[in-house]
Amino acid sequence: MSAASAKHIRTPLARVRGRGAAHSGTEHFWRQRLTAVANIPLTIAALIIIIMLLGRNQAAVAQILGSPLVAIIMLLFVISTTVHMRIGMQVIIEDYVHDDKAKLALIMANTFFCIAVALASVYGILKLSFGL
Amino acid sequence: MAEVRVPAERPLSPHLQIYRPMLTMMMSIVHRITGVGNYFGTLILAWWLIAAAGPNSYAKFQWFAGSLIGRLVLFGYTWSVIHHLLGGVRYLIWDTGRGFGPNEREWLAAANLVGSIVLTVLIWIVGFLAMGGQR
Repeated sequence: MSAASAKHIRTPLARVRGRGAAHSGTEHFWRQRLTAVANIPLTIAALIIIIMLLGRNQAAVAQILGSPLVAIIMLLFVISTTVHMRIGMQVIIEDYVHDDKAKLALIMANTFFCIAVALASVYGILKLSFGL
Repeated sequence: MAEVRVPAERPLSPHLQIYRPMLTMMMSIVHRITGVGNYFGTLILAWWLIAAAGPNSYAKFQWFAGSLIGRLVLFGYTWSVIHHLLGGVRYLIWDTGRGFGPNEREWLAAANLVGSIVLTVLIWIVGFLAMGGQR
């Protein structure tokens, strides 16, 4: 074969490892599993906290939610789950939306939603912790 | 050397409608749907966390949570979270290369479904007990 085909001698795997134009490949895969593992104990802890707070009045709920250990667990829960759900929703968008402009707009909207809901939750928890 | 290569018209792989529905396939779809449910469920979580700061805002949240619609939504949200959690554990087991045998994968999928329903009902029973009969 000629020299022109020599640059195609690399296997697809080698080209992926060379990372091509994207310069990345496994960040989302890895982060999705990292947060999945974190979400298991954090979700169980959050469920226990929520059950503990059922039937209590607002003052008690605010005091317990704002206490250091509970607040830190809820902060970790909110951050880990919102990172996880942002990646998950992006995968769904990439799977089902084939129009490039719509896809780009939805991926942006997804990021905005996840950051907004994460910050709103963090704000709620910190407000209780610092008693503002 | 500079010829333009037009991709050949290749047959597409068959999609969902050609397959007989199988438990593992349905559970994969449900995993994705519950993920979307949990995604929008975070709005309720954020509302609860912000509402906890004041008596009036918390009363509004409690009115929603205590209403029939609120109860149904929260029960669905609980099931969605539990189902996605157990499904996630299933996928993490698969990530290690285990659990792919014909019996294992069916068993894991069934355990995921039954476990999510049983755990959700148990959590709500414990929740009602924690509320001390308070409606």
